[in-house]
Amino acid sequence: MERQIRYQREANLEWARQFTKQPGGERLLSCIQCGTCSGACPLSIYMDLTPRQVIALVREGFREDALRSKTIWLCASCYACAVECPQKISITDIMYRLKREAIRSNLYPKRFPIPVLAREFCEMVRRRGRNSEFWVVFRMALRSNPFVLFSMARTGWDLWRTGRLSLRKERIRRINDLQFIPAASKEVD
Amino acid sequence: MSERNGEVRIGVYICHCGVNIAATVDVRAVAEYAATLPGVVVARDYKYMCSDPGQEMIQQDIRDHQLNRVVVAACSPSLHERTFRNAVERAGLNPFFFQMVNIREHDSWVHSDREAATEKAKDLVRAAVMRVYFHKPLERRRVPVNPDVLVVGGGIAGIHAALTVANSGKRVYLVEREPTIGGHMAQFDKTFPTLDCAACILTPKMSAVKEHPNITLWTYSEVVSVDGSVGDYRVVVKRKPRYVREDLCVGCLQCIEACVFKEAKFDDEFNLGLSKRKPIYIPFPQATPKVVVIDPEACIQLRTGKCKKACLEACAERGAIDFEQKETYEEIHVGSIIIATGFQTFDPRRMPQYGYGKYPNVYTTLEVERLVNASGPTGGQVVTRDGRVPESVGIILCVGSRDERTNRWCSRVCCMTSLKLAHLIKEHTGAEVFIFYIDMRAAGKGYEEFYQRVLNEGVHFVRGRVAEITDWAMDPSEEGKLIARVEDTNTGFVRRIPLDMVVLAVGLEPQFDALNVQRLFGIGCSMDGFFLERHPKLAPSPTYTDGIFIAGVCQGPKDIPDSVMQAGYAAAEAIALADTGFFELEPNTAYIIAEECSGCKTCIPLCPYQAITFNEEKKKAFVNEVLCKGCGTCVAACPSGSIKQNLFEDEEIFSEIEGVLAYA
Amino acid sequence: MEPPAKYLYYPGCSLKATGVAYEESLLTTLRLLEIPVEELSDWNCCGATAYMSVSEASATLLALRNLALAHQAGTKDVLAPCSACYLTLRKSHELATHYPEAAKDVERFLEQAGLPRPDSVRVRHPLEVLYTDVGIQRLRELTVRRLQGVRMASYYGCQAVRPYGEVDDPHEPVRMDEVLRAVGVETVDYPLKTKCCGGSLTGTIHEVGLRLNYILLKEAQRKGAQAIVTICPLCQFNLDAYQREIRKQTGEPIDMPVLYLTQVIGWALGGGFRELGLHRAISGRKLIEQWFTVKKEAETYV
Ligand SMILES: Cc1cc2nc3c(=O)[nH]c(=O)nc-3n(C[C@H](O)[C@H](O)[C@H](O)COP(=O)(O)OP(=O)(O)OC[C@H]3O[C@@H](n4cnc5c(N)ncnc54)[C@H](O)[C@@H]3O)c2cc1C
Ligand code: SF4
Ligand code: SF4
Ligand code: SF4
Ligand code: SF4
Repeated sequence: MERQIRYQREANLEWARQFTKQPGGERLLSCIQCGTCSGACPLSIYMDLTPRQVIALVREGFREDALRSKTIWLCASCYACAVECPQKISITDIMYRLKREAIRSNLYPKRFPIPVLAREFCEMVRRRGRNSEFWVVFRMALRSNPFVLFSMARTGWDLWRTGRLSLRKERIRRINDLQFIPAASKEVD
Repeated sequence: MSERNGEVRIGVYICHCGVNIAATVDVRAVAEYAATLPGVVVARDYKYMCSDPGQEMIQQDIRDHQLNRVVVAACSPSLHERTFRNAVERAGLNPFFFQMVNIREHDSWVHSDREAATEKAKDLVRAAVMRVYFHKPLERRRVPVNPDVLVVGGGIAGIHAALTVANSGKRVYLVEREPTIGGHMAQFDKTFPTLDCAACILTPKMSAVKEHPNITLWTYSEVVSVDGSVGDYRVVVKRKPRYVREDLCVGCLQCIEACVFKEAKFDDEFNLGLSKRKPIYIPFPQATPKVVVIDPEACIQLRTGKCKKACLEACAERGAIDFEQKETYEEIHVGSIIIATGFQTFDPRRMPQYGYGKYPNVYTTLEVERLVNASGPTGGQVVTRDGRVPESVGIILCVGSRDERTNRWCSRVCCMTSLKLAHLIKEHTGAEVFIFYIDMRAAGKGYEEFYQRVLNEGVHFVRGRVAEITDWAMDPSEEGKLIARVEDTNTGFVRRIPLDMVVLAVGLEPQFDALNVQRLFGIGCSMDGFFLERHPKLAPSPTYTDGIFIAGVCQGPKDIPDSVMQAGYAAAEAIALADTGFFELEPNTAYIIAEECSGCKTCIPLCPYQAITFNEEKKKAFVNEVLCKGCGTCVAACPSGSIKQNLFEDEEIFSEIEGVLAYA
Repeated sequence: MEPPAKYLYYPGCSLKATGVAYEESLLTTLRLLEIPVEELSDWNCCGATAYMSVSEASATLLALRNLALAHQAGTKDVLAPCSACYLTLRKSHELATHYPEAAKDVERFLEQAGLPRPDSVRVRHPLEVLYTDVGIQRLRELTVRRLQGVRMASYYGCQAVRPYGEVDDPHEPVRMDEVLRAVGVETVDYPLKTKCCGGSLTGTIHEVGLRLNYILLKEAQRKGAQAIVTICPLCQFNLDAYQREIRKQTGEPIDMPVLYLTQVIGWALGGGFRELGLHRAISGRKLIEQWFTVKKEAETYV
C-alpha cells in the first residue's frame, strides 16, 4: 500500500511563494476553493485532479503532486476557468507555468502524447520559424504511440482530397531572427 | 491653573498601546528624547495611556509639576482625543492646552522597520511639542438641540428606531419612499432561524407606528434637502401625489374592484412581477397606511384624461380619489436624524452564466419568499413558472457576493435564508433540494442548530460554486431540466445535476441611490458603498456628521435581529442627545479679524457650509461659529489674510511644520 | 473609432493548411467589402498554446516578432483570424506592456534581433472587423443574396473571447449572431457557443477530443441548427473532420456542415463557391452544395 499522508517537510513553501510573484500567479493566495474553475472546465471530467485541487497543491507547496498530475496536460488553455473564477485567478497561466516546469524537471508522464507534441512543435518552430501541421502530428505519433497513425489515415485522406493537407515544410526567410529562442528560454524562464 | 510666571511647562506621554505601538516603536527612546525638547518638564511612557491609571498619571503630573501643556502620543485622535482632553480638564487645565500625536495608525501599524519608525515617532512628537507651545485656552460653544427626530426609511430598522424614540416622548417624523412601510421584511414568509411568520411579528409594529401619537408618518415621500447641523437640522420632504387622499381613504378597496381594467395587467412590485395589479392598487393587504395608490404610468385618466373614472364613482361617498393631487413639500426642524434606508438585492442578470431572465425557472431568493408565502402570488404553492411542482430544486449561494467581478463582501444573510427556503420548499413540495455553497455561514444564536435541522431533513449540501446553469441535455434524464454543472469539492469530482427550479441566493448591496442619500445628508460611505459608521467597533451607528445615525442594512449586510439592535442603539443616541438638550461644538472654528477684512467677499461662496455672511452695512464678512465645521477653506483663501482659525493659528501650524522637518 | 485604412493579415500556420478555406473566404469577403489587406511578410509561427507550455519567454518573443514586423511595416491593425494566433499575439503584447520585468527582457532580445518594440500595434480578429469596423448596417446594405430557411448555430470556441473579451462578451457573446442575422441567416440559441473544442486533443488524446466534439455537434442538432458557424481553424477542423468517426462510435446520424463565418458572409455578399473554399468541406457536403451552389431560381435578390 502506498501511504497517502503528506508530511509538512515535503511542502516546498519557497516554491509556492515564487509562484505568487510570476505573471498570472499574483492572485493565487486569494483562492477560496469554490471549485468554479473545475465546474467550468470542459476537461475536468477527465482530470486526475480538478483544477481547484491543483491550485490548492500549488498554494501549499506540494510541487511534485502538482507537476506529476495529468491535469496540467489535459488543460486545453481555453480560459473558461479564468473568466469564471470569482477571485480573478488566472488558473490557465498557472497551468502553463506548471507545464513548463514539468518539462524542464522531466516530471511529465513519459509516453503521454501532449507534452511530446508540445516539444515536437517547438523543435520544428525553432528550426524553421513555422510549423507544418502534418509533420508535427506525424512525429508526435511516432514518439508516443505509432499505432494511432492507422486511425489517422482516414482523416488524412479526407484532408488530402479537399486540398487541406500540406506536406511542404515551410521556412521563414530571416530565420536568424529566431536566435533568441534558446537564449531566452535559458536566461529568462 | 494658568502659566506659572508665563513659563510654558509641557508633559509628554508615549503610549505602548499594549504591543500595538511598543512592538514597532521604541517608546522608551521616544520618551527620553522628548524629555530633551525645550519646554518639556516630564516625559513618560506607559502601557495604556487611555486607562484610568494612565489618565491619573497625567493629572498627577499636572499637579506635581505645574504642567500647563500636555502631549499624548498614542492612537488616532478620533478615538481618544476627547478622553485626554477631558482628563486634562479634570485636572484644572483648559482642555485645548493639549495635543495628540498618532503614532499607531500613522506609524507603528504601517511600518516594520523599528529604527525608522522610532525616528518618525520622535519627529511627530517634536512637532506636537513645538505646536502645543503656542496653544491658547479656548471655550467650547454649546448649541441647543431640538428634541424632534427624523427617521428616513421605514423597514424594520426604521420602524424600530421610530417606535423607540417615540416611546421616550419625543416627536418622530418617519419618511418612507414607498407607499407603505415594512421594507423587505414585509415580503418574507417566515424568518430564520425560528421560522416565526414575518407578518405576525412585523404588522403589529407597523400599526403601532401608524397609531403612535408621537409619530408623523409620511409614506410615498422623500427627503429633498437638508440644511443646518446637529441640534437644528432643517429638512424638506417631498410628498409624492398618490392621487388618493390619505385623510379620507379608509382602505375599503372598492375602487380597485371598480377600476375599468377588469384584469390586473401591470407588474406587481411587491410580488416582484410574479403577479399583476391594476393601476389603482394597495401593495399588500396589511400595507401601512392602509391607503390605495394610483400608478400614473398605468392609469388611463392620468395618462390621457379620458377614463370614465369608475374608481371615483365607487368612492363617491368618501371622495378620497383626487386626480388633481400635486406633490407637496413639508419643512421640518429636527435635532437629529436616523437613516435606515436598507438595501437592494443583487441583480443576477449581471451573471449571465446562471441564466436568470433567460430560463424562466431560475428565481431569486426574494421571489421564492413570495412563492412560499400563503398570501403571495401563488397562494403559497411552490410551482415553477410553467405551473409544475418541482421535483428537484437547487439553491446557489453567494450569487453576487464574495466575487471580485461583482461584490466582494459576504452578504451575511443568504446562507441562512437559503437554509430557511430549503426547509420551506421541502415542506411544500417534497422535492429533493440541493444547496450549493462555498462556506456555510451560520453564526448567530440558534443558527447552527437550524443548520443541523436542515441537514437532518435530507437536504443535499454540495460544496461548490456552480459554474453554469444551462438547458443542454446529455441524455434523456436531463431532457427538459436545468442543469447545474458544479464541482462537488467534498468528493472532488464534477457533477451535473438536473433541476426543475434554480434559486439564486442574491446578495445584499447598497440601494441604487445610496450615493445621493449619502451626499444629501453629508455622511460618508465605505469602499463597498454602504454608509460609513464613525467607528467599526465602538461607534457602529453614529456617523462622522454629528447628530446623524445609521441603522440596519444601509450600514452593511445584517439580519433582522442585528438591524433591530442597531436601530435601538441609534434611537438611544438620538434620545440621549435630545435629553442632554445641547451639543458642544469643537472650538476649531474660523473667525475674521474685522479690522483687516477688506470686504472682497472671496470667502463667501467658498464655504461648503454657508457659514459666512456679509454685513453690507459694515462691509465686512462674518463667520457663524455654529455652522463653521473648521474645514479651513476660507482661511487659506482670504487674500488679505484676515481669517484665522482656532487651533490652526499661523504660529501653531508653522511651528508644527518646523518641528516635523527639523530632523537631525 | 475610425476603421483603419489597411489591415496586415497574419495567417498563422493553419490558414495555410487545414484552414485554407478560412483564408480563401476571408480574403474574398474583404475584397467584396473593398477593404485593403496585405499579408505580413516573412511572418513566423505564433507559438500557440504549445510553445507557451515549454518556454514563456520564447513564446512571447516569437509572437512579438510578428508584431514587430507589422510595426516596421507601419501598420497598426494586425488581422489574426485563428483564435490561437489571435490570443497568443494579444497576450504577448499584454505581457510586454503590463509586466515591467518581462518587458525589459523582451526589449533586450528584440533589440538583438534588430526589431523594434511593437507598442502601437493592435491585434484584431475578423469578427471585430465585421462587427465594429464594417458594422451591421453596412453588411445589411451590401447583402446580395439570402440563405432561406437554414438555421445555424454560431460557435466561438474558447480563445477568441477569452480571457480578454474584446472580440465579444466572454459569457454571452452575441456579435456573431448579429452579423449572421444582418445577412439574413437565422441563428439558434446555442448554449455551448464558447465551450472548448479540445484544440489539439483530437490528435493527442483522441477519445477525449472526439467526445467534446460529439457534445458540440449533438447539442447544435438538438437546438435545431443545420450547420455550425465557426471563427477558428482548429474548431472548424475538429468539428468537420471527425464526424465520420463520431458517427461510427456513437451510431448517431450526424453529418453537419461546419462553416467559417467568412464563408457565409462572403457568399451573402456575392462570393463564389470555390473562391470561398466551400468545396473543401468534409462533412455535410451535400447540404453545402445545395445551399451555396448558385442556381438563379434559388436565390432571392435583395
Ligand atoms: C431573500 C431574503 C430573505 C431574508 N430572510 C431573513 C430572515 O428570515 N431573517 C432575518 O433575520 N433576516 C432576513 N433577511 C435580512 C433582512 O431582509 C434584513 O435584515 C432587513 O430587512 C433589514 O431591514 P432594513 O430596515 O435595514 O432595510 P429594508 O428592509 O431594506 O428597509 C429599508 C426601507 O427604507 C426605504 N427607503 C430606501 N431608500 C429610501 C429613501 N431614500 N427615502 C425614504 N425611504 C427609503 C425602503 O423603501 C424600505 O422600506 C432576508 C433578506 C433577504 C434578501
Ligand atoms: S474558481 Fe478561483 S477561487 Fe474558485 S477554486 Fe478555482 S481558482 Fe480557487
Ligand atoms: S484553461 Fe485549462 S483548466 Fe482552465 S477551463 Fe480550460 S482546460 Fe480547464
Ligand atoms: S380610495 Fe375610496 S374606494 Fe378606494 S380604498 Fe380608499 S376609500 Fe375605498
Ligand atoms: S452569507 Fe453565505 S451565501 Fe451569503 S455571501 Fe456569505 S457565504 Fe455567501
